[in-house]
Amino acid sequence: MSDIKKKGSIQWSKYAQLIVPAVAILLIIVFNLIRDPSFFSVEITQNNDGNNVLSGNLVSIFNGASELAVLAMGMTLVTAACGGQDISVGALAAIAGSVFVKVLKSGASISIGTIILGFIACCAVAVIFGTFNGTLVSVFRIQPMIATLVLYTCGRSVAYWINGGATPTVSSPLITALGGFIPGIPVPTPILIVIVVAVLFSLLFRFTSLGIYTQSVGINQRAARLNGINTVFIKLLTFMILGACCAVAGVIAVSRLSLINHETLLLEIEMDAILAVAIGGNALSGGKFRLSGSIIGAYAIQALTTTLYAMKVPSTDIKAYKAVVIILIVVIGSPVVKQKLSALWQKLSPGKAVA
Amino acid sequence: MSVSVQKARRREPLTDTQLLMTITICIFFCMYFLAMAIWGGGFLRWQQVFDMLNNNAALIIVACSLTIVMIGGGIDISVGGVIALVVMSCVVHLNGGGSLFTAALLALGIGVAFGAVQGFLVSYLEIQPFIVTLAGMFFARGMTTIVSVQPQKVAHDGFKNLMNTKVEIPWLGYTAKNGNLIPARMEIGVIVALVIVALVWVMLRETKLGRHFYALGGNSTSALMLGINTKRTRFLAHLFSGTLAGIAGFVFMMHTGAGNATNAAGAEMNAIASSIIGGTLLTGGVGDIVGTFFGVMTLTTIKSIVTVSGLRDPWWQSITTGAMLCFFILLQSVVLSRRGKGGVKTLLSKWLGLGKPKG
Repeated sequence: MSDIKKKGSIQWSKYAQLIVPAVAILLIIVFNLIRDPSFFSVEITQNNDGNNVLSGNLVSIFNGASELAVLAMGMTLVTAACGGQDISVGALAAIAGSVFVKVLKSGASISIGTIILGFIACCAVAVIFGTFNGTLVSVFRIQPMIATLVLYTCGRSVAYWINGGATPTVSSPLITALGGFIPGIPVPTPILIVIVVAVLFSLLFRFTSLGIYTQSVGINQRAARLNGINTVFIKLLTFMILGACCAVAGVIAVSRLSLINHETLLLEIEMDAILAVAIGGNALSGGKFRLSGSIIGAYAIQALTTTLYAMKVPSTDIKAYKAVVIILIVVIGSPVVKQKLSALWQKLSPGKAVA
Repeated sequence: MSVSVQKARRREPLTDTQLLMTITICIFFCMYFLAMAIWGGGFLRWQQVFDMLNNNAALIIVACSLTIVMIGGGIDISVGGVIALVVMSCVVHLNGGGSLFTAALLALGIGVAFGAVQGFLVSYLEIQPFIVTLAGMFFARGMTTIVSVQPQKVAHDGFKNLMNTKVEIPWLGYTAKNGNLIPARMEIGVIVALVIVALVWVMLRETKLGRHFYALGGNSTSALMLGINTKRTRFLAHLFSGTLAGIAGFVFMMHTGAGNATNAAGAEMNAIASSIIGGTLLTGGVGDIVGTFFGVMTLTTIKSIVTVSGLRDPWWQSITTGAMLCFFILLQSVVLSRRGKGGVKTLLSKWLGLGKPKG
């Protein structure tokens, strides 16, 4: 009996990190339910292609956050291992998207084969750029933010250059299916892609020691090295994984619109991705991490954006409201405020403080 | 002890700060002289230098603010947003019948408010500076569009006079083809920027507070043990940064004379890049304002060289900037790590004083 209880308490402490993002998403849900009870209604409608698809705010939240969720997963690993963030993910996704479009355009017609080929090509390019970032960080020991500033500065120009300064469109039912709905399946495809990526990540952590290695490198690099972990390789690997995530996000974003606009594709998503990691309760200074926290953080950000849109806030003004909510969340989650609150709690309930 | 001092004033070894700064200044002059030799033309005239200053007065000021924060071990990415907000609010204020004095106060007020709130959140509530200033950037950019979505031009006469007032320096001018002497022109914003550079330089070198910034960035625990109020110092760093961003906004407006929601887009990243090129380390404790100034000039020179050399496709400018940035951070990384191992000392002669400083 006591054993089970002990196990239960350990489980709780394991999930303590998820309290902040969970509270954040709960607040948004409650706010929406009070404002408009029908906000979360999901219904089945017919889209232009004649498919029965799910629609509603909830679906659009999950659908819209797909790129962000994928990037947040990769960003969590980089943050945990290096104690810094990659600010070039938006630019890298634009490069990957450009390569994807370039490959699709080079063939006569777009088939499943060319799409797979395009995906492999853009994945390879993104991983190479990720390796470049990772080399600067791990071998030359430059802070991640500075190292990725290079690609942040010139990434979108490289994307522009790949397609010769044009913004080509790729129209094909296959691409529409990738960015919208596969005929016969009522769930938007980007959501399915996120699930696949999440499953791949959990398999990676389940069957390799990458998770524990990443944490130990982030917590104490010297100790990790003395324990026989190749710290340089682990850091490099996290950047390569983030590169692959960028490729996936780029492909989703391109197929959503069936065109590539190197200037606006996933603009400023690096800031949102870092935010998702922070809201998810992961320390931006590295060390312990929980992927699920970052994913919940990503959906919380998208839920906030969708709520503001539903309240008819102009799209250009959204940032200001978002900033206020972010500050509220991080202030509640800050260690100083937590300490003050728990001190207050103990004062109010002296009986509990003894126990 | 005193005997040895009298005997020979021993050459002090260069600190990391001075070493990185010296490299930047040397590279800047090499690049500029190379440009003069190869392309001549505009580069041979003093006006080219003044144009670079005129176009980048605001950038120089925000680069100073970033340098202060980065020396203190933090980061401030809200400066671009603050500039945009200041410009838009001041333009709306001036067009609504405000006076120049109140507009200047408004600019300063916005800057101080951003600096104070961000500084409080970072230092006293111990929230990561990146997240706080990211939220600050979002807030400033969002507020800019709330103030006005439409781009606006200043219609205030007094301000227009101020904007068109230029300092003329005849002896640095050049003679045009028809024999007229065209004096070099400098905007008032440049004087403001140069004064700020001088003030910050004195502040960082000579005042107690300036040394506290270095101590805080170098090792905040040691700084605390030395009796420095680290929380207040960190707060002041962000306050300085916000205030300078407000001033930079006003200077930006004196250059463009119009408010636009996309004003100063990416200014924070340009400022960070300039500081890094100038030898400031993001880890804190290392940096110098003179280096930052030359960092801005180096960045601008690269851009004008790219334009002059005929690479007119729009992507070349940022690709070369990125490559140059990569070169600088690699150089710094290699120099510092070689120096840590004493490698540079063997590479270069002893009188350069490149050995690791002791104590």
